[in-house]
Amino acid sequence: MTETRDHEHSHQHSAGHEHPTQPDQDDSITYFKAMEAAVRDLLIEKDLITAEQIREKIEQMDARVPANGAKIIAKSWVDEEFKRKLIANPRKAISEFGHDIGPLHLIVLENTEKVHNVVVCTLCSCYPRWILGLPPDWYKSRAYRSRVVREPREVLQEFGTTISFDREVRVHDSTADMRYLVLPMRPKGSEGMAEDELVPLIGRDAMIGVTEVTI
Amino acid sequence: MPQFTVGEKVRVLSQWPPSPPIHCRTPYYVRGCSGIIERYCGDFPNPEELAFGRKEPKNLSLYRVRFKQRDLWDSYQGGLSDMIDIEIYENWLEKL
Repeated sequence: MTETRDHEHSHQHSAGHEHPTQPDQDDSITYFKAMEAAVRDLLIEKDLITAEQIREKIEQMDARVPANGAKIIAKSWVDEEFKRKLIANPRKAISEFGHDIGPLHLIVLENTEKVHNVVVCTLCSCYPRWILGLPPDWYKSRAYRSRVVREPREVLQEFGTTISFDREVRVHDSTADMRYLVLPMRPKGSEGMAEDELVPLIGRDAMIGVTEVTI
Repeated sequence: MPQFTVGEKVRVLSQWPPSPPIHCRTPYYVRGCSGIIERYCGDFPNPEELAFGRKEPKNLSLYRVRFKQRDLWDSYQGGLSDMIDIEIYENWLEKL
């Protein structure tokens, strides 16, 4: 949860003081918002789905957070056999964590001393939502989608990530039925750390491939 | 059955159907470019038919094709070995 400020000034109120009003952010009904509301109302009116089912689905989607992915990565760092299974058959390996990826296919991309992987969907915003939650806004932006395929090293640099020229940068364009999870390198200095201590080190951006994991 | 095998050299068709009305999953920037089959991903319903809600779309083989960045962009500034892997359906590929 991010904290929002509703005041731009310090909070010493005195008599006769007027609050400046902030414009509402939710008052523009765009074409697609109107269409979504109309389709939703029709589906409910025709008894095809219920409002409760929609609410439950939203709750389920919101419950998917990058920490789910971090737990998978941390386990693969401490358990070689699990890592082998995760790369060979990601669907089966992550089902151990209770994640069902449905009809889609997951590919796990292991970063090594020789290769750094980074993921994009140039056509839209394909993303492994079951394990990382909703994609960040920049992932869906035209700037990221168009630039990371043609100048990945510059884009990574803007995320604070420098990849040396003796390492291959491998971009993965998620154009169709596959989804991608980057398996970052375990950071140096983390050798003595336990699995549950490693989890908080692993952020969403490292699993997209725009950063590396550091201590 | 997949027509191409891993390691085989292929070219993405240089076709430019108007979009819309055509929907396809082959980005402009790889059309006409040559790469190597990285893996066969399985057979999936043709997205070009799915997009129009056609009944029983034909299944197509899907591959990941690996391209050298320097083959895609004349001005590429990164490392010589930098690559890009993209999913391409069989109907967009030809043997080289």
